[in-house]
Amino acid sequence: MSWLGQFFGKKETSSSVAKKRLQMVLVHDRNDISPGLLELIKDDIIQVIVRHLAIDPTSVVVNLNQDGPNSFLVAEIPLPGNSSR
Amino acid sequence: MSAKVITVTSGKGGVGKTTISANLATALAMLGKRVVAIDADIGLRNLDVVMGLENRIVYDLVDVVEGRCRLRQAMIKDKRQPELYLIPAAQTRDKMAVSPSDMILVCDQLRPEIDYILIDSPAGIERGFRNAIAPADQVLVVTNPEVSSVRDADRIIGLIEAEEKGPAHLIINRLKPEMVARGDMLSIADVLDILAIPLIGIIPEDENILVSTNQGMPLVMSSTNGVSASQAFRNVALRLTGQDVPFMDFSQKPGLRGWLKNLIGGR
Repeated sequence: MSWLGQFFGKKETSSSVAKKRLQMVLVHDRNDISPGLLELIKDDIIQVIVRHLAIDPTSVVVNLNQDGPNSFLVAEIPLPGNSSR
Repeated sequence: MSAKVITVTSGKGGVGKTTISANLATALAMLGKRVVAIDADIGLRNLDVVMGLENRIVYDLVDVVEGRCRLRQAMIKDKRQPELYLIPAAQTRDKMAVSPSDMILVCDQLRPEIDYILIDSPAGIERGFRNAIAPADQVLVVTNPEVSSVRDADRIIGLIEAEEKGPAHLIINRLKPEMVARGDMLSIADVLDILAIPLIGIIPEDENILVSTNQGMPLVMSSTNGVSASQAFRNVALRLTGQDVPFMDFSQKPGLRGWLKNLIGGR
């Protein structure tokens, strides 16, 4: 843990950073999906959605998540126009 | 009685496969078992020097496979353990000189007369690894508590399952309890959480391993007890024979101090 982290009250140790990075890279390894491929998928999803909805392409997030033995491709696409209510 | 074939592998190099193979083979022999250790790292042999048998090699695994000698002639008898043998790898050939079916044949020939066959796998995921796991009844995956070896262990675990040799059992090697305590090393729980296979051994970092390798005498032969790598190896050997041996506790502060005291006071 850096002194800066300690100063700001963060409890992040180098081992917990290692664990998070490992979990992230292993989801990609196990499914043979590179970060580059994930970007391509994200771009295609955006192209399909913008044909029908006025979304903000920069707000779209596509991630790989792992829950036990199962992996999930998770897309978060914030919808515009909530202010019209 | 038919031998159990145990392969020690890791994916990544340098995590301690050969040291663990030599110590487990020796520990099993010290339990009165008949043991053959096979070095499957053709071209980069090292199990011979770790076991201190490098000066006794006449024939090797490739000589057996290519019919230049009988299996018995390639089995080097250990200096100290009467029922321990080494079949060394060839140093001047490459991994393609042996096939997975050759390994199965060699092990099948040994099985009736032997209790345990320990195969020291080369690093990597290619031919040498395939050779090493082909005859295995049980596969031990060695990892260190750091990112690159855990990542490679995950890859190799997947390959072992694909070959229907799973579930592999995990040995976490070179653990430094004091680094884990201050949050600078992945803990046993972290590694198990990520790799999700059964644990069979935790080996602490121990300078005595280098000393014993210098001398060509596996550490288990020296009589250190308590929380040491030597005891950890003996525990793994007992678990391989089916005994239920509790894991040494590295997490508790008193345990850690005791371990350090043991390390300092032991010399």
